[in-house]
Amino acid sequence: MINYTLKIENLSKWFGNKIIFYKVSGEWNKPGIYGVAGPNGSGKSTLVKIVAGLNSQSAGKLEHIVDNSPVEPELWHNLTGFASPYIVLYDEFSALENIEFIFKIRGVKANYELANELLSHFSLYHRRKDPVKAYSSGMKQRLKIIAAVMHSPPLIILDEPTANLDNEGKDRVYEVVEKLSNDTIIFLATNEKHEIQMCEKTINILEHKRD
Amino acid sequence: MEKAFWLFKKDIASELRTRYAINAQVMFIVVTISVILFSIGNEKITNYLAGGLFWVVVFFTAMSGLSRAFVSEEERGTSFTLQLIASPSTVLGGKLLFNLILVFSMNLIIAFLYSALFETFVIKNLPLFITAFILGNTGTGIAATLIAAIIAKANTKGTLYPVLSFPILLPLFLTLVEVTKQSMDGSTFSDVSPELAVLVCYIGIMSVAGFMLFDFIWKD
Ligand SMILES: Nc1ncnc2c1ncn2[C@@H]1O[C@H](COP(=O)(O)OP(=O)(O)OP(=O)(O)O)[C@@H](O)[C@H]1O
Ligand SMILES: [Mg+2]
Repeated sequence: MINYTLKIENLSKWFGNKIIFYKVSGEWNKPGIYGVAGPNGSGKSTLVKIVAGLNSQSAGKLEHIVDNSPVEPELWHNLTGFASPYIVLYDEFSALENIEFIFKIRGVKANYELANELLSHFSLYHRRKDPVKAYSSGMKQRLKIIAAVMHSPPLIILDEPTANLDNEGKDRVYEVVEKLSNDTIIFLATNEKHEIQMCEKTINILEHKRD
Repeated sequence: MEKAFWLFKKDIASELRTRYAINAQVMFIVVTISVILFSIGNEKITNYLAGGLFWVVVFFTAMSGLSRAFVSEEERGTSFTLQLIASPSTVLGGKLLFNLILVFSMNLIIAFLYSALFETFVIKNLPLFITAFILGNTGTGIAATLIAAIIAKANTKGTLYPVLSFPILLPLFLTLVEVTKQSMDGSTFSDVSPELAVLVCYIGIMSVAGFMLFDFIWKD
């Protein structure tokens, strides 16, 4: 296990003169499930995208720390896994091809055993060779969760992980989240009340507004 | 480096399945060369003109396909995915490799068609022309990749590409046309060493600018 800490300090974001959130701070180094809550359009996705390095903050500090030293932003991508409905996988490729390319482009050790296990867990194993463009949106969402966790990063960010999923799919996600939360920091940005109840600590975006 | 190579393999596999860039470029080559052939009819064009037209076809062929590397990721919404799995230098490396392979193969086709179809496309100093060809392809590939990365983020992708490319590629192509003329006249390498130096510098500047700017361009 690597010794990983996520640290944010007075993180703020505004678009033009509209403040989305103001001075969010915190430090996470214990595995567990942590929530990001707030109504539609409050800034949950904006916050988690910044943490993953997909967007930049307007002010404040954000550090991914391994063994007490901050990691260069160029290398953040392998410390995090990220799944959300607005992520798009390569739909001309099959699930297996997507998985292989993602492992190889990441340059991490490819854990096909885990990937296959997850494919079975999400009932996609028999469809693993079909092109992703032939998948339903729920099937795509399942594959995105797999792609976000299969390299076993210390931080996993799930933005609306159960969007488009049926009840069985939701349960599969909760099972994976519960299991991974033993050794992974998991961020859950969600509108679902019972998902927030799964979290031991939650950032409420509404507490970080300012006019 | 191996990561960039895998990104390149991903793009090749994708290209072979979708034929997004190759089809556009091959069609473009066939159409422009046919139009040139029809319009000159039985007339003989000078070899200088044939040389100039060669680079015109190269320029517009590059414009019709090289933006694909980034625009297709942006349009399909996969650029977030790419940001989540690769560092900016991996992305730049992979896309650059893809574009260089594309430029070299398309320009080889153009060169082949030109020497078969245009009697006046005669090069006296072939090694000199080949040197210019290689430098020219490399410069085009690097510059076009950078421009593609920039415009992929803009929302007027289609028209912006040639417009932005023109001033950036102009010094490259003017020099290439000049070296091509010289190689037709049978000049030696030392005769055109200033021009060759320009080509090499162009490649150097574009590479450095690319690796310095790319971080900013790639992240919103
Ligand atoms: N690129 C942008 N330019 C301007 N405003 C933006 C941009 N992206 C997001 N916003 C604004 O930021 C606010 C927060 O958006 P965000 O997507 O983070 O909300 P959210 O909490 O994830 O909502 P939802 O529950 O609907 O997913 C919204 O008001 C949105 O309009
Ligand atoms: Mg959201």
